[in-house]
Order: sequence, then structure tokens, then C-alpha cells
Amino acid sequence: MKNTISHRVADFLKNYPPFNQLLLEELQELSTQISIVYKEKDAIIFNENDAPHSHFYIIHKGAVSLNKTQTNTIVDICDEGDIFGLRPLIANENYKMEAKAHEESILYAIPITTFKPYATSNREVGNFLIDSFASNTRNPYSKSHRGTLYGEPESTEIYNPSTELLDLQPVKYSKKLVSCSPKTQAKVLAAKMTSKNVGAILVLEDKMPIGIITDKDLRNKIVTGQLPISAPASEIMTSPVITYSKKLTITQAQMAMIKSNISHLCLTKDGTVNSKAVGILSKHDVMLAVGNNPTVLIKAIKRATRTKEIKQVRKGIMMLLRGYLDQNIPMTLISKIISELNDACIKQIIKNSLAKLDTPPPVTFAWLALGSQGRSEQLLHTDQDNALVFEDVAPEDLEETRAFFIHFAKQVTQRLNVIGYEYCPAEMMASNPSWCLSLSEWKKNVTTWITNPGQDEVLLSSIFFDYNNVYGNHDLVSDLSDHIFKTAKNYPSFFLHLASGALQNPSPTGFFRQFLVEQDGANKDSFDIKRRALMPLTDAARVLLLSHSIKSINYTAERFEKLAELEPNNAELFIAASYATKALLKFRTKQGLAHNDSGRYISLNKLTKAEKIKLKRTFRTIKEIQDLVYIRFKVSTLLR
Amino acid sequence: MINFFKKKNTDLPDFWVNYENLFVTKQDQKLEDITFVVLDTETTGFSYEEDRMLCIGALKLIKNNINVSTSFEIFIHQDHYNQQTAEIHGILKEGKATRLEELETLKLFIAYLGNGVIVAHHAGFDVTFINTALERHGLPKLKNKILDTSTLYKKTLIRSNLLHKKEHYSLDELAEKFNISVKDRHTALGDAYITAIAFLKILSKLKEKNISTLKQLLRIY
Repeated sequence: MKNTISHRVADFLKNYPPFNQLLLEELQELSTQISIVYKEKDAIIFNENDAPHSHFYIIHKGAVSLNKTQTNTIVDICDEGDIFGLRPLIANENYKMEAKAHEESILYAIPITTFKPYATSNREVGNFLIDSFASNTRNPYSKSHRGTLYGEPESTEIYNPSTELLDLQPVKYSKKLVSCSPKTQAKVLAAKMTSKNVGAILVLEDKMPIGIITDKDLRNKIVTGQLPISAPASEIMTSPVITYSKKLTITQAQMAMIKSNISHLCLTKDGTVNSKAVGILSKHDVMLAVGNNPTVLIKAIKRATRTKEIKQVRKGIMMLLRGYLDQNIPMTLISKIISELNDACIKQIIKNSLAKLDTPPPVTFAWLALGSQGRSEQLLHTDQDNALVFEDVAPEDLEETRAFFIHFAKQVTQRLNVIGYEYCPAEMMASNPSWCLSLSEWKKNVTTWITNPGQDEVLLSSIFFDYNNVYGNHDLVSDLSDHIFKTAKNYPSFFLHLASGALQNPSPTGFFRQFLVEQDGANKDSFDIKRRALMPLTDAARVLLLSHSIKSINYTAERFEKLAELEPNNAELFIAASYATKALLKFRTKQGLAHNDSGRYISLNKLTKAEKIKLKRTFRTIKEIQDLVYIRFKVSTLLR
Repeated sequence: MINFFKKKNTDLPDFWVNYENLFVTKQDQKLEDITFVVLDTETTGFSYEEDRMLCIGALKLIKNNINVSTSFEIFIHQDHYNQQTAEIHGILKEGKATRLEELETLKLFIAYLGNGVIVAHHAGFDVTFINTALERHGLPKLKNKILDTSTLYKKTLIRSNLLHKKEHYSLDELAEKFNISVKDRHTALGDAYITAIAFLKILSKLKEKNISTLKQLLRIY
């Protein structure tokens, strides 16, 4: 029976192959038969060697990783719209890989019996399936099954994940062709290339590619004055075009570019110049596929106009991070690069959200990252803590202006959520009316926190004072910073409270120097590295540096380095603290990457002896730093 | 008095007796074994006395799984109609969708519901509407256990002085928090679907707080 939900399902399926080949009627019929499956993060969908289910899956929301459990390797990560678990159903064999929810996911389970008739009756659908089982696909297991969709499977090779996966991965090319006709004038096509932000444009005649024009062609032929800017495309283009089939793998594409010394490949339906052009592949695309180098990633972020694209890039960032950690690159450098990239993602999301607004903002504003993000210590995805400050407006316009920015902030926070930043559980986000304030409102707030430092106020200050201006008017932010220092100077007791707050974190070890673990809750028996080890250092660095009236440094390790410079007599301790911070941060990041979470809770029984010793070594520094804070701010005079 | 009860019992139609019999044996407590019936109703307004149900939408949630073919969506023929609320639910008085009489709908719904656990957003509203309708036809109230996603959601929030908790959270707010598309908002089955997804996400959050049996969920009230 067709109903609201089946329509909703059909509406989603129609965007993805092979379902986009079906008639709407067929799709709606199919949709009534599917099940919607919810999987929590890390829930298993099927195990390696399980008998096939009666249905295959398409991901509606979230991501699923396909793993080889023996070698503990992730073979592929499927995204929204990707199909998985289909081949075993058709080949009638057990699952070759384990499928696990990489994120919290919603899947549509499609019964194979309902789907099979479409695959046999509809050629396009059948072809798609054969295509995706052929060797040049993202599924390397199907190597030996080329074209044997309905036939008997040949003996399956044991796949060795250590061999180059790149060879087998198909390239992801831009399917939105930027093209022009042979008669298009140079200046028109150049404008088109600029607006589409591409480095090459295809010249098509009857949908067949007859030439290609790249930035280089324009430079060599137009800018040199050789041809006028009114010259037609046919005179500027490089011809004939070098074409390849769209089933190209990344390695093949690289080879092709090196061989012909070109930066763009044209992909056509059958790989010859005499068939329809389907896409264009630039060196940039290839580099993005292979490469996780910061420059490429930054470029990709800046090009992204859709949140989904940024989400893809973020995966590259995580790969990069993993690589850096494996190569033992200094933590300061890693933090810098990764947080730079993370900042770029946020910036781009803000930019895109601004572009999607109906009207531009009424006044200037600044977007502040707070907490760990503000301190550039957020290497993994954690919660988003942010705030917005906007220019002062006339009192009668205040609420309207705020409403505007809240609406805007909601869109930004939602998109940040899509790319993997969880909402702040305490609602410390710019979309919350109390965190979306005008400059003078913020000043008033800050003054209250500093002059009446209760427990909540101290907590608020410790989160807020690590802010970092991610986007927008910098003057607003420095104005606010100046205000903070001026006020704090007049109320020295504020430092005392901030210092006592810094000492309130629970101790990492007990009397017998054993690790203290959480007593209950979901993380029972694991060690909270954030609260027990990182926060004491972070809090201490903040209050010490604030008392020196320095705001521009946010990264905790750097704060300690600065303190070492300012106080030569304590330099040794501060340098040690800086090391400890970096070591702990690295520890947390590695843990987080290994378990695909924030890395905050560490199960001690999984640590090696060496790791435990390393952790404990940092604890002594923490203790010494806390003692220093205790004495310097005379915390003893305050009820703790 | 005792006589009066007996008389009433024998008067009940077969479908209701069958329904009541489902509750004789004790229900499962493990969440995996429970059939949750997530429902939503569209009504002509907010008055339990004067207003009427126009549509019941429901779906079954078993082991984190929703089967589209087993969802329930029935439009009800009513003489009472309210121009103003039509703007919200978009159900016209003489719309194209086929409609059934209220009693017929209730019969089908009761059969569909069985002894499943009801899940709804602001469940009190929908359940009271169904119960008032049952009463109009001389039937007793629903016997199912009821969970309200609005109340459950509040339990997922952290305890912090910095977070100002609201008394009520609307379905729109939940959809926003959990990133659920509100495309079919204000259709009974569409809202039921949004509620179901929100419910699943709430369950996974509550699991972190070690709330994982029906008994515990019900105790939240």
C-alpha cells in the first residue's frame, strides 16, 4: 500500500543509481516493500561469513564501513546513497566482509526478490549492476566476477588488503560538464569557467567532445595577444581531445596524464571521441583521490559549495591526521595544520550559508569558536561550541537583528552537525539566543562573569575566554578582548576564582598511584583523559596567561611555552607542561582515531605497559602545575 | 454494581474482546522483543469534546526496523470540520483520499495496535483523542503502555546549570536536533515517521545512561 512513508522513500531512491533508471510508478511500488533500519554507531549490520540476508541495503543517512575482520582493515566506507550487501545475494554466497555502522545510520533494506525483476527487465539497471561488479569499481572483491552477474561465481580470490587499493578504485569525476559550443567567444567561455570555478571547459558538437580549452590555452593564445578575446572556441581549443572510458581507475588516470602531459582528461561513454562526453577529470580530482595533502584539501574546501562535499573532504582530513600520527610528526605542527583545515571547513560553511541567505546581514558580525576548538586543540570531531557577536545597533532594532543572526546561526550549526560536529549538549551555540549577542551585550555579560565569579560564571568564562575568531569582523573581537583585560585588571579576585576552578578537576591517580576510573555511566571503568589530565593543564595555562594579559595565544602547549618565556625561573616546569599537553593530546587523538570516537574515555586494559607509563609521567607535571597555581593565586584563602 | 460490570463486558464486540485477551499474559520487557507502535493523529482542533480525528497514521517498530508495507494510514470521515486547522494538516473535507467511518477505523486500528507499546509525541493528546472516540462508540479505553517522546527527550539532556530546559519540546525541535527532514510534517504518518526516528535516537542516547528496559522507560514519567 502506498503511503506517506513509501513516498518519502521513493523520493530519496529516485536520486541514486540504479533506482534513477526506474519509472516513478515502479519506484513507488518498490518503496512499499522496503524496511527502514536504524543502526547505532558501531552496530553490526552483517558479519563476515554470515549467510546473506533476504535484502540488500542503501544508506539513507550516515555511513557504513565494510571491514575485513581478520586483518582489522576498513576496505570501504559507504555514504548516503551507496548500495552495499548486494553481490552476495546475487552470487548466492556468504558475506565476504563485515558491515558496521561507521556513524549512526538509517538504512533502507530492499528485498532482493522484489528488486530482481527490475534488474532483469530493465537493461539500464542490469548494466549498472554488472558495472558495479566489474573490476574497476570501488568493490575490489568483485575482481573475479566481471560480467558474471547471474552466472555461477568463479572461485573467489583471497583479497590481500595490503596491495594497492588505488589501482582498483574508480575515479570520481565531475559529472556536471562545463561545456561550450565551437562558436562560443573566448570571453564568454572564460566567464563561464570563472563562475563554475573550473580550469578547463569542453567544446562539444552534437554532444561529442571535439576539443578542450584549459587555463593554459587561454594564457597561451589569448593573453599573449595571438587571438582576440572575441575569438571562437574552435580556434582556441586543443584538439582532438584525449578521451577515456569513465571506468578509469585512479592509477590509470595518473598514468594517462603523465603520458600525455596534460592536466585534464575527457571521459566519454565508451572511451572514444565518437561517443557522448560524460565527464571531465582534472589533475585536481586525481590528487584529491590519492592525496591527502593540506594544499589540495584546502583547495577542495574552498571550492565546495555544498555541505556534502565538505563532509567528503573531512574524511581526507582524518586520513591525513592518521598519516601524520603514524609518521610521528611533531604534535604542534599536526595541531596547526589540522585545526587550520577544520577552521577552513567551518569558514566555508559560514560562507556558503551567507550566500544562501535571502538578504545580507544587517550589520557586521564575528563567529567565535569556543572551548577546545577555540584553542585549536580539536583534532577529532567533538562537540561544537560557538558564539556570535554582532555590531551594536539601535535598541529598537536589536531583537530583529538578533533574530536574523539566530536564523543564520541555526543554518550554520545544522550544517556543522552534518559534517560531523555534534551539537553542544549544553546549547552553547550561536543559535542559542543567549550566545548570539551584540558587542555591548557581550561586554556586559563578561563584566558580570568577572565581577561576580560564582561557580557557573567561572565555568562560562573558562569556556568563553578561549574564543577564536573564525569568521567575520575582527575589530569586534579585539574590542571584546580589550574589554576583558581591562575589567579583569580591576577585579584581581576574578583570577583567584578562575584559579580555584582550574584546581577542581578530579585527580588522575589515587593514593597508590593507580589510575582513577569512572565509577558509573556509559564509560564505567574507563579513564577520562579529558577531565582528569587535559583539563587541569588547559585551565592552568589559561589563568596563568590571562594574568599576564595575553590573549592572542590559545593553544595550550603554546601558552606554556609563552609562560616559560615570561617567567624564566619557572621555565623548566612550563616546558614540561607544554610537552605533557602535547603528549596527552596525541594520546587522545590516537585513541579517538582507533575507536572512531572523541578519544576521551580510555579503557585501561587495552593500553600497553609503555603507554601507561607514558601517561603517568605526565601526571607529575600536572600536579606541579596545579601546586604553582595554588600558591600563586593564594587559592587557600578561598573555600574550595 | 458487580453485575453492571459483567453486563458491560459481555456487551463488548468480538474485536475488543480479542484485543483485551492479548493483555492477559505478561508482556516482554526486553526492548528488542517489543513491538512499538508509533502513532500520530490529525484532528480538527484541540478540544477533546468537540473536535474529531481526521486521520490516524502509525507504523510498527520492531528491533530498530520499520517495515513500510506494515504501516497504517487511514483517513476518517467526519461531519465536524474546522476550516482553520485545515491549513495545518491539509486534509480537505471532501478530499480525494478514501475515508472510512470512525468506528471502522477504530476497529482496524485496534487490530493493528494489538498489545504493542504506543509511542507518540505528546502522547497524551493523541491517546486521549482515540480514547474519547472509543468512548463515543461505547468502548473502554486503550490498554496499551504508552511512551511520550517529548518526555523521553528531556531525559537525554544533560544536567547543567548552564542549560535552560524547556517544559515542552515540539516535534520540530526534535527533528532539528536529530537532523530529521520535516518534509511530511503535519501528515499523520509523516509525523509518526519523524517521531519513530527521534524515538530511536533518544533510545540510543538513553542507553548511554543505562536506561535500556521498558520498565525504566516507563518509570521516567
